[in-house]
Amino acid sequence: MSQYLYILFSESYKILFLLVPVLVSVAMIVWLDRRIWAFVQKRQGPNVVGPFGLLQSLADALKYLFKEIIIPASSNKIIFILAPIITMTLALIAWAVIPFSETQVLSNINVGILYLFAVSSLGVYGIIMGGWASNSKYPFLGAIRSAAQMVSYEVSIGIIIINVLLCVGSLNLNDIVMAQKNMWFVIPLFPMFVIFFISALAETNRPPFDLPEAEAELVAGYQTEYSGMMYAMFWLGEYANILLMCAMGSILFLGGWLPPIDIFPFNLIPGPIWLIFKILLLFILFALVKAIVPRYRYDQLMKLGWKIFLPLSLTWVVLTASYLFYFNLLPVN
Amino acid sequence: MKISRILKTIFLLDFLSGLIIALRTIFKSKKTINYPFEKGKISPRFRGEHALRRYPDGEERCIACKLCEAVCPAQAITIESSERADGSRKTTRYDIDMMKCIYCGLCEESCPVDAIVQGPNFEFSTFTREELYYDKDKLLDNGDRWENVLAANIKSDKPFR
Repeated sequence: MSQYLYILFSESYKILFLLVPVLVSVAMIVWLDRRIWAFVQKRQGPNVVGPFGLLQSLADALKYLFKEIIIPASSNKIIFILAPIITMTLALIAWAVIPFSETQVLSNINVGILYLFAVSSLGVYGIIMGGWASNSKYPFLGAIRSAAQMVSYEVSIGIIIINVLLCVGSLNLNDIVMAQKNMWFVIPLFPMFVIFFISALAETNRPPFDLPEAEAELVAGYQTEYSGMMYAMFWLGEYANILLMCAMGSILFLGGWLPPIDIFPFNLIPGPIWLIFKILLLFILFALVKAIVPRYRYDQLMKLGWKIFLPLSLTWVVLTASYLFYFNLLPVN
Repeated sequence: MKISRILKTIFLLDFLSGLIIALRTIFKSKKTINYPFEKGKISPRFRGEHALRRYPDGEERCIACKLCEAVCPAQAITIESSERADGSRKTTRYDIDMMKCIYCGLCEESCPVDAIVQGPNFEFSTFTREELYYDKDKLLDNGDRWENVLAANIKSDKPFR
């Protein structure tokens, strides 16, 4: 009995040490996002709460906490309440397999990348449940758009992951990182990295693919009927997802926790810091894209996903496989 | 489609040039100000909160001619007057309904003695409607508080009136 308790406590201790930094960095990343957005538009951005406005997100969270939660009378109440919880939970449980260094990983499972892929695919459920349970037009349209969009881009992300896996020969995330010891996959698979990045934008409903919450057409999409803490949870989940996508991108293509070159000044810096640095770099790119790109039309979005990214990534799978096979480079475990 | 166009699309050249512009813009000076801490410059003709001015000896300027009341397009001004002991006509009541006021500045323009003016203050929001029914005391108080600025503004705008 005491043994089980010990395992329980040590595990929840570890989870706490993973989740608290993730949630804090989500808050910081929201601030960074708004700040970069403002800077590109020559505005100041949030700069009043705390030093440089760093505590803005905490102030916002506090405000949301004290706001009334309005549940529409005609909504399906259980699902309505469940939707933001699911979104946030799914965005957070995916962090379990992200390796911060060779040993610092919550669960070093052998199918880490599959788990990551599965969890990020499930993310659409939170949105579609929220949109459907609101029992209102705009949320429903937003949810349908979101579902279609996420399913479309999930396909190309899956095929891009296959590209990486061909070069690694393992589904373990730590193995994927270690396989990039000599060369990051961003160099041989650069087009795939670009497609991954754009698909990640669509996957997380970021501009230019934020059609599910296109305010000119759909008010706020699936979030329209939400208020108070439930809205904040959607919002947290969304940003946790973005952070997760950035982490996925840096693990698959930018060498995860590996330093750029394994020589003296670089390999002194511990792995987690390298990973955080790479995540941050990708996120800044996310934020910049939000600031500079106009929203896509819906048919353009679908065309890009199915007619361009899917054939391109499929072709690249064939190319990678043939290359590896021809030069006898296929990884053997 | 032209080949150059296709190449541009494939290599995301438009996107990259946009990205470079964005990166350059980040380090440029900001066009907005930290409003409550620093404020923008206001023209001397700015039509803000109303004020009733006094002469330097403390006598109120208003002679109750009621031109402002007559000209006010929103009919926000109410004036009542009577003869004072020294024979001069003065207001007994000078009310402005600040919620009716459209800040057109006609009262200020019609005033022959520069008594009613609109000052540079625009931060007088209140929590209740009642606080926005300004009476004579409030307006005179405003005038006393802003007199320096009001006089300077009127003086600097004099050549153009």
